[in-house]
Amino acid sequence: MNRRNFLRNTGFVAAGSLFVPAFMKPFEALALDELSLYKNLVVVQLSGGNDGLNTVVPFGNDLYYQKRKSIAIKPEDVIKLNDMQGLNPNMAALQEIYDQGWMTIINDVGYPNPDRSHFRSMDIWQTGSDSNQFLSTGWIGRYLDSNCQTCKFPYTAIEVDDSLSLAMKGQTKKGIALKDPAALFRNTNNPFFKAVLQNDQEHLDEDNLGYLYKTMIETQSSASYIQNTSKIYQSKFTYPSSGFANQLKTVSKFISSGLKTRVYYVSLSGFDTHVNQIGQQGNLLKQYSEGMAAFIKDLKSNNKLDDTLVVTFSEFGRRVEQNASSGTDHGTANNMFVFGGRLKKQGIFNAAPNLSDLDNGDLKYQLDFRQVYGTILDKWLDVNNGDILNKKFNTLDFI
Amino acid sequence: MNAKDNSLRVKHLYNRAGFGISYADLHKLSRKNTEKIVAGLLKETKDDPITLVSDTESRRQMLVQAGLYTKKNLSDEEKKIRQEIIRMQNEVSKDLNIAWIDKMINTTSPLREKMTLFWHGHFACRSNEPLYAQQLNNIQRTYGLGNFKTLLMEVSKSPAMLQYLNNQQNRKGKPNENFARELMELFTLGRGKYTENDIKESARSFTGWMYDKDGTFIFRQNLHDDGTKTFFGKTGNFDGENIIDLILAKPDTAEFIARKVYKFFVNDQPNEVHVKELGDHFYAANYDISALIKKMFTSEWFYSAENVGTKIKSPIEFLVGLSREFYVTYNKPQILIQLQSSLGQYLFNPPNVAGWPGGQNWIDSSSLMLRMRIPSLVLNDGEIDFSGKADPEDEAVIALNKNATANANNAKPKSYVNANADWSKFLSTFPKGTSPLELTAFLLQPKLNDKIIKMVSDNKGLRSTAVEITSMPEYQLV
Repeated sequence: MNRRNFLRNTGFVAAGSLFVPAFMKPFEALALDELSLYKNLVVVQLSGGNDGLNTVVPFGNDLYYQKRKSIAIKPEDVIKLNDMQGLNPNMAALQEIYDQGWMTIINDVGYPNPDRSHFRSMDIWQTGSDSNQFLSTGWIGRYLDSNCQTCKFPYTAIEVDDSLSLAMKGQTKKGIALKDPAALFRNTNNPFFKAVLQNDQEHLDEDNLGYLYKTMIETQSSASYIQNTSKIYQSKFTYPSSGFANQLKTVSKFISSGLKTRVYYVSLSGFDTHVNQIGQQGNLLKQYSEGMAAFIKDLKSNNKLDDTLVVTFSEFGRRVEQNASSGTDHGTANNMFVFGGRLKKQGIFNAAPNLSDLDNGDLKYQLDFRQVYGTILDKWLDVNNGDILNKKFNTLDFI
Repeated sequence: MNAKDNSLRVKHLYNRAGFGISYADLHKLSRKNTEKIVAGLLKETKDDPITLVSDTESRRQMLVQAGLYTKKNLSDEEKKIRQEIIRMQNEVSKDLNIAWIDKMINTTSPLREKMTLFWHGHFACRSNEPLYAQQLNNIQRTYGLGNFKTLLMEVSKSPAMLQYLNNQQNRKGKPNENFARELMELFTLGRGKYTENDIKESARSFTGWMYDKDGTFIFRQNLHDDGTKTFFGKTGNFDGENIIDLILAKPDTAEFIARKVYKFFVNDQPNEVHVKELGDHFYAANYDISALIKKMFTSEWFYSAENVGTKIKSPIEFLVGLSREFYVTYNKPQILIQLQSSLGQYLFNPPNVAGWPGGQNWIDSSSLMLRMRIPSLVLNDGEIDFSGKADPEDEAVIALNKNATANANNAKPKSYVNANADWSKFLSTFPKGTSPLELTAFLLQPKLNDKIIKMVSDNKGLRSTAVEITSMPEYQLV
């Protein structure tokens, strides 16, 4: 549902308000954004290059079994979604989520001239650049830069981690990274730092010193806001005990306590499975699925699932054919997952990977990842994707 | 000029050309003129390469690795050997990182190390093979103040760069354009000064530039495309060296390097008049890097107010400067890697071939708060519960080492800075009776405002003043 439909359904927009006089616009914009504040995006990054073919298994395709003699998932173990694709058995926790219509799988997402370096490809995904273009701002950072009504403060975008990913850095605005709101609050409220900021009038310039003070002031006020808003909220929901689940639990706490944050960013690493992939990837997929399932159910029980969109990506998929060490090497196109309470297209979004038409042993991409970003920017974050992605991308109809 | 004004100039020069200066050294130099001091900075530099990574051991490993690479089915024993080599490379890469930052902290040739740091960001490169990384670092150190042509040629022929920019795969009939593109876009001319066809044709010229199994540059005639190429409108049977000559013949290259040097040493916002002046001088001096550096540090504009105390320190400048200033020893040097990574400048691991973007990009909420906490942690040996992010290139190792238990990833141990500052040595460099305010004026580059003066005026001890001052936003500027 887009914003206008949402408003129409809530009866907020009176007839004829499309023609409001220009001087009324800012008020209208504010009201609209106040409402859409509660639409959250959660980005989940799987670092290392998750092997998509052993995640969403094309068990209906013989080529898969021919190319993966020792690491293919047996048909009887696959959690079947249709007669071609199914989930890795370690993802059993997600079956219920899938059956409820809260999950969409997008196959074969990639970009032209793919790069197989972790670093470069992660950069490309985080900045939304072409493969031969070097950007120093991230796609969410540029969304913050766009200066929409609701992206004025660093807490508009929160990464639950110690340091901030490139994705979250814009030219003039950046998100905020924190693992523990109480720790950041204590740190920024250290008596010495408070003294440094007291009565500071001199540093409102645009120069580098002004920038440092501005960052410090914003960090302090964000930390106070986040801590004071979220500290009262107690989650009654039980999460599995993993670092990843903890990150999601923190996000859920922020969302449920009504924080005016629009984008959250979390990550899970260790997917670079060159050797003995089965056990390693299985463990990670289990952590991922159990964490996500708890998160989605928690949001549902708090009536927040309809206002939340979760998207999962990895910097690349892996080669179709396994290697000699019962692992897989760096590849190209990969699947993405979308979760939410209001998905327009639920289940499997597009055709399964074509394993007979490869590019040098790698999957060809069907969809550019920036079409997925573009869809989210246009339909969920209510900005024009061309302004953020430097060119306009066609949107998809999963939301 | 009086000694006091001159010492402000000398302090600025040493902050930018090196990693700061002690109060005692500053006092000694405060009556010398700029020309003499700059000449001294350029002269003191002896070439002192890093020799941590052993040549013979690395080459032995590479041969073993190359052998395993070609095999189809590895035995368990062979798999173990391969994993062990990866583990050791990773370990040695970390040691190399520490060896270099330690060198910067302790060097008596600060300009040479600063210049190496500049070229490290300019010719940004990553290599999993620590021997190659060390080689490239030494090239940047040895030739960093010499002639740019020699430097460029050596970098272009280094295994690290040949590997990183895929020239190893650049063969006659199957050109790989990666190196040719970055050579012009990032290393010499800058965007818009060449055509796509120039890239294609120069890529052909670099075919056959490779390194052999044990990591030595080799020109493979049989893989080289010796046909006719047209580059910058000239036609000939060009090879890689000809292409580099043609690129250097363009004054645009001199100006591009001059702008980058200016942004690194003078100001993030280049003054185009000054850049042009430097570029012309560099070109006329036939790409002598020392001539460019001398011109910059002896220009009056280098000392003007808009260029003093206005630049955001890079994380390395911050860490090295603080460590030099207070004679810090790190009992657990690995912490330096963690800090580099958390602050966003992990040496030998630039984000991509364009290097670190620098300037305000260094600062976000978390990196700024960490920077302002580090002095109290380092100087007062505190605890830090900052665990940093896994480097994507470490993923293979994480995956290898990861315990089968689902929770292994979270059990990161708490890390301690565990460092000692030599306070008595630091304090002994100041004359008796130095006041907290005088110390503050020495430690900070930006002009002191009323707020800071008021804050330190009640202070009694120099030590607590130093910790406070280095924990301020002003200390992030140089």
